[in-house]
Amino acid sequence: MPRPGFVQEVDRSTPPQLFWRGENFSLEKLPADRSRVIYAPEPHDPIKDIDGAIRHALLNPIDSDPLPELLFPGMKLTIAFDDVSLPLPKMTRPDIRQRVIEAVLDLAADAGVDDVHIIAALALHRRMTEDELRHALGDRVYDAFAPRGTLYQHDAEDPDNLAFLGATPEGEEVEINKRAAESDLLIYVNINLVAMDGGWKSTATGLASYRSLRHHHNPQTLLHSNSLMDQHRSELHKSNWRMGKIMRDNGPKIFQIETTLNNDSFPDPFGFLGKREWEWNARDRATFVASSKALNRTPSSIARKIFHSIEAPHQMTSIQAGEVEAVHKITTENVYKQQIVEVQGQTDILTMGIPYICPYNVNSIMNPILVMCTALGYFFNMYRGKPLVREGGVIIMTHPTPWEFNSVHHPSYIDFFEQVLSETTDGVRMHKEYEKKFAEDDWYRHLYRTGNAYHGVHPFYMWYWGTHAMHHCGRIIIVGGDVRAVRRLGFTPASTLNDALEIASDVVGRTPTITHMRVPPLMIADVK
Amino acid sequence: MRALRIDRSVSRFAISRIAASVSTARAAKISSLEHVTIDLPECPGDGWMTLHPLLTGICGSDLALVEGHASPYFEDWVSFPFVPGHEIVGLLEDGTRVVVEPVLGHAARGHKPPRPDAAPADGDDYAHLALPPLKPGIQTGFCCSTGGGWSEQLWVHESQVHRIPDSMSDEAAVLIEPLAGGIHAALMAIRSIAQNEHAAQTTEPVIVVLGAGTMGLAAIAGLRKFAPSAKIIVGARYPVQHRFASTLGATEVVSPDDLARAVRRHTGCHMVGDYLSSGAHATIDAVGNSASVDQCIRLTRPRSTVVLMGMPANVSVDMTGLWHRETKLAGSYTYGTEILPGGRSARTFDLAIELATEIGAERLLSATYRLHEYADALAHAGASGARGDFKIAFDLRPTIKESH
Repeated sequence: MPRPGFVQEVDRSTPPQLFWRGENFSLEKLPADRSRVIYAPEPHDPIKDIDGAIRHALLNPIDSDPLPELLFPGMKLTIAFDDVSLPLPKMTRPDIRQRVIEAVLDLAADAGVDDVHIIAALALHRRMTEDELRHALGDRVYDAFAPRGTLYQHDAEDPDNLAFLGATPEGEEVEINKRAAESDLLIYVNINLVAMDGGWKSTATGLASYRSLRHHHNPQTLLHSNSLMDQHRSELHKSNWRMGKIMRDNGPKIFQIETTLNNDSFPDPFGFLGKREWEWNARDRATFVASSKALNRTPSSIARKIFHSIEAPHQMTSIQAGEVEAVHKITTENVYKQQIVEVQGQTDILTMGIPYICPYNVNSIMNPILVMCTALGYFFNMYRGKPLVREGGVIIMTHPTPWEFNSVHHPSYIDFFEQVLSETTDGVRMHKEYEKKFAEDDWYRHLYRTGNAYHGVHPFYMWYWGTHAMHHCGRIIIVGGDVRAVRRLGFTPASTLNDALEIASDVVGRTPTITHMRVPPLMIADVK
Repeated sequence: MRALRIDRSVSRFAISRIAASVSTARAAKISSLEHVTIDLPECPGDGWMTLHPLLTGICGSDLALVEGHASPYFEDWVSFPFVPGHEIVGLLEDGTRVVVEPVLGHAARGHKPPRPDAAPADGDDYAHLALPPLKPGIQTGFCCSTGGGWSEQLWVHESQVHRIPDSMSDEAAVLIEPLAGGIHAALMAIRSIAQNEHAAQTTEPVIVVLGAGTMGLAAIAGLRKFAPSAKIIVGARYPVQHRFASTLGATEVVSPDDLARAVRRHTGCHMVGDYLSSGAHATIDAVGNSASVDQCIRLTRPRSTVVLMGMPANVSVDMTGLWHRETKLAGSYTYGTEILPGGRSARTFDLAIELATEIGAERLLSATYRLHEYADALAHAGASGARGDFKIAFDLRPTIKESH
């Protein structure tokens, strides 16, 4: 029986806590008697018969006819799936998307459906490589569809392949992939790693155009999404749900398949990273010392390769299929079951170690903008109720924050960092003055459509993701980061955690309460 | 009088070139530059006056000479031994404070000017620069008949002198000559856009300045004054250059390695390999070496102009891109009579005197040395960018001790 999440009060006998630092980690001692550490619940037991569970979900959907009854010869069937940003780290083969899609295709074949398109719902993310597609879908699906041009990636900048479905009463335009819009049935295959994912966000975001996305990917919406992991208090989700109504009224019939994974994130020899420090055995301690010392001597490009080759052992804990909203309600409950940790009260200082990976740097570099987004857009938002850190409090994160970018994946990030952030860190101002230019830049558009580049506007979205945290906090400090890069972000650099605490004392006084989020594994703090 | 004088010595030039790779100070000691006591040359003729320099700047072309990098091109256009120094503010015998427009033009050399109101550098025939009565010399500071600014006294012709306002400091005035050079390059770039049928209608032209030493900054100031709507993108190596370039009106200042991306951002073009698909409407190269010329061609849009302000000497550049893009390379030597946007004409030096006041040019004078400290002065000038400095000058004003 997996143990629930846990809040450890730090006293003099508490061992030091693990802090991620990109492609490395350190152990840090937090001040006794006023610090606490939040640990995620232990990985839930996976479903033993995964293929059986998938088939059961397809045949017994929620608020929908069974899938076989929705399939008929001559129909247009489109299967959309979550892209390379999920799950993190990538899962060992076979990926859950492969297993679900193979099950769907078996049923489609039984029903005599021969017009099937499979689309990576990547919105404005970078296109996946062939290896990444093969990893997600398996060789059998890839080889059957890709050569015939029926496995491809959504192109949010292809005007000939976008369909306008209407606008919400709030004026939000709904424009999605044309093939999906004109299909007799759109099946969406999702991996719900965090509570933010899934529901109408799958289709209204994953298959949408910039014209559509700009209505909810903006500073105002994200400032009022408190939090992104709490759908009912998130303007982002409300907007997606309003768009979902337009899709339901004017779009294709949708059969939503959502899956949840447990948080078993690291295989051996990195298993100790998911354990609580006082439960480390001699082997864990030795592995920590050996690997951190070795990583200190390893060039970052090699360390990056090592970490990005990690395949996580996480496995499916639930699958539900059928009507979008009904499905997502159960999915969210299942995510909460795995990730919720009850926490009493807010803290003056929230600390977090930022790991090597986030949804937008798979097989790539965690550039400074993504460091910000991981900390302030994701980890800060891993709450329900109130933010873990009090208003005006301080966030301290550890990460090397190199002034380094992947020019293939993140070309517009480089210019965003050079041009926009050197002028302003105010999301509202950059939205007004710079976003359109980046979004409509022909070169970025070309690289997004034909290469493996994130869309020109994507770094703005990353920045907006952190807007709520930036408004909420009194100071943000990065320990161990490139000083110039940290300052460019508008944050405060510190060389050690103790220095950071000293700097923070200007804002929160000499004896602040401190809470350390021990992520990953992922968790959601339910702050009472 | 005391002066720094340079003589022709092929072997010393070669040794200086090698020594310069170690340090400019070492090159200065090895070169044929000497601190000597000499007599003022004979008066060259009518219209010539003696001038007592107050401050004289050290220019990149002076350094090239000392370091042995000067092109053999100049062999027939200068006369040895000569006293260098052409960025001069000084006092005439009657106490009038003037700056020197150093080009030895038609009037100074007793030749018929190309037109009655010509500035010294106007005209399209340089024969007068090498013909008697003076010995060859393109400028004061390269001619043995006149002397130069790195001395206590020299000859200047009435056509060369510009009176400066009493309110202007010597420190600002010594920057007027380089400012004039920068303005000239800026106006060449602006005119090239106006004359380019593909770019003339652009309301916010993108103009690149590569290099932000004294000359680069002068060009930036000139561009901002005469093309106020231009987006001026600057490639600068050192932090202090970034600050000054921004202060003088650059739209964006980046490191030279980031220049292509910055230009791309402002023009919205593509990057195709190492080239921009389009690029800046005009580019000013304020560095002047193989890499900078090559980079400027890559940054400039097809059928537009690269203005070479930095003296490039021998360069090795793949010209395929220039050929394919039909890029124009235009040298920008000095100054003269300018046609301003709108059609008005003006002398570059008059524009530079105005601009020197407007921008507080004295900020660009970083250090001064006495003449006998020439090795240190040249070393400082050779490393001014890295040391966070700009113009280095010789201070020839009498000290309290000397004046007594």
